[in-house]
Amino acid sequence: MRVTQGTFSYLPDFTDEEITKQIAYALDRDWPCSVEFTDDPHPRNSYWEMWGLPMFDLKDPAGVLLEVNECRKAYPNHYIRLNAYDARYGRQTTALQFIVQRPAEEPGFRLDRTEVSDRRTQYTTHPYALDRPQGDRYPTS
Amino acid sequence: MSGGRWSAGVIPYAEMGYWRPDYQPKDSDILAAFRITPQQGVPPEEAGAAVAGESSTATWTVVWTDRLTSYENYQAKCYRVEPVPGQEGQFIAYIAYDLDLFEEGSIANLTSSIIGNVFGFKALKALRLEDMRIPTHYVKTFQGPAHGIVMEREYLGKFGRPLLGATVKPKLGLSARNYGRVVYEALRGGLDFTKDDENINSQPFMRWRDRFLYCMEGVNKAQAATGEIKGHYLNVTAGTMEAMYERAEFAKELGSVIVMIDLTIGYTAIQSMANWARANGTILHLHRAGHSTYTRQKNHGVSFRVIAKWMRLAGVDHIHAGTVVGKLEGDPNSVAGFYDTLRLDKVAADPVKGLYFDQEWASLPGTMPVASGGIHAGQMHQLLHYLDEDVVLQFGGGTIGHPMGIAAGAAANRVALEAMIKARNEGRDFLKEGGDILRAAAKHSRELDVALSTWGDITFNYESTDTPDVVETPVSI
Repeated sequence: MRVTQGTFSYLPDFTDEEITKQIAYALDRDWPCSVEFTDDPHPRNSYWEMWGLPMFDLKDPAGVLLEVNECRKAYPNHYIRLNAYDARYGRQTTALQFIVQRPAEEPGFRLDRTEVSDRRTQYTTHPYALDRPQGDRYPTS
Repeated sequence: MSGGRWSAGVIPYAEMGYWRPDYQPKDSDILAAFRITPQQGVPPEEAGAAVAGESSTATWTVVWTDRLTSYENYQAKCYRVEPVPGQEGQFIAYIAYDLDLFEEGSIANLTSSIIGNVFGFKALKALRLEDMRIPTHYVKTFQGPAHGIVMEREYLGKFGRPLLGATVKPKLGLSARNYGRVVYEALRGGLDFTKDDENINSQPFMRWRDRFLYCMEGVNKAQAATGEIKGHYLNVTAGTMEAMYERAEFAKELGSVIVMIDLTIGYTAIQSMANWARANGTILHLHRAGHSTYTRQKNHGVSFRVIAKWMRLAGVDHIHAGTVVGKLEGDPNSVAGFYDTLRLDKVAADPVKGLYFDQEWASLPGTMPVASGGIHAGQMHQLLHYLDEDVVLQFGGGTIGHPMGIAAGAAANRVALEAMIKARNEGRDFLKEGGDILRAAAKHSRELDVALSTWGDITFNYESTDTPDVVETPVSI
């Protein structure tokens, strides 16, 4: 399966050149970029690990791409996403967020159903990867 | 005041103090712009004064009991009347109302004054409430959207693009089990939301509880299939407030991120449901069922920009606000005015967009506009151009009618949307190159390719009825 979180998951994975164009778009709007990674793709996992702080003062798209690539080197089989943040008054939230790397194999999610009273079902979305310990969730080969 | 002001009998409203061309509106006044069409022989100032009078303290004759009050404070004041360009016999009357006339945090009270009696007034042939300026003093007495645009995006984890939805079709007649199938297919295919239609409540062919159970099975299955948060607008509209609370509680218990109500439930019920949605962490979607009965005709009724303003105050997170390019009424300039009213914190008066007043929202969260009705993937460049990013684009027929199936229809819409956002961010002239961008994206998406060949050329080119006065000719899309 393919985790379809993020702004561009229905398009073919972006090349570095395509990623750079999106970074340039963000920086043109004064949206600082940041890089995050995780091996827990649960849709309610809000807090992916931060690859350093948001790059508030970095205005060069190539510099941001460099950080993406450093993170890729350190975590070659994790999910990595690029965020652009809009700190304007009244907004103060993420403006753009897309996946720039995914594990070679994405096992996806199991839907656990607990049948309770009166025909109701309680649902739990369980990432298969979480059955393995953190750091060892996606095979590296 | 002259002594004649208090003589028993009937005197013109203008002479009773409701026409005050010298009046300087206060920052805390509620202002209204009415389009008035006076009867033959009624001067526009008198007609404007009559509207001010009938929507505040006046009755048809002099009453001595006014003198027991500080009546000048409570009288609404018509302070300006202007002819409407190009519309003979029509005038815009500007009226100021003191804040004391209104109960805090009550749309029902506000509207009982402003549109309560005056629309049937015989001295006018027609009357339309075009716009209102709600002072921040009054704005701050309302809860506002239960979550608002920013919180909704953070809650769903979806940024940088419009959200996608679809209304389940056929809107009437499906059994609960079949209905949930449409929900599952559309969501796993790539939509963020599916939706009950306005008239899906609890009918013999599908009762509400059964629908909720099957829809949530579809939502959760799709969530596991994609790793994305998904939602279905469960319409909790019912005959009584108690029944609505019961349905909303059940939706919450099943884990739905969103519930839905119709405009037909009334302003007070909407405010109650907005409070409920804030307290229960559920996004609140409003379908504007019935609004065209009073918003569409240009000379009589209430403009939708006023309804949009009231609904943002009342506290809904979503409201249908027009598509420009789809099958339903929606002049591009007027729709831009509705969207600004819902989304911005400071809205500047702009005659081209039909906005008569500056409006400050004082950080009241924005309401997400929803574009629904006869739109399809082939219009993605136009939709993004006219409606921008903070909007839910709803493709009902354009998803479910796809020849390869519902999931394929959903995927086609999502691919088209993401391709257009990518092109826009890359600095391309996406409105002009939209067709090329979509065709290029279709090379790696058979679903989009088939959607474009099915609906690529469908348009709804009819002139709009509700257009701003300063725009000479209706804009053709």
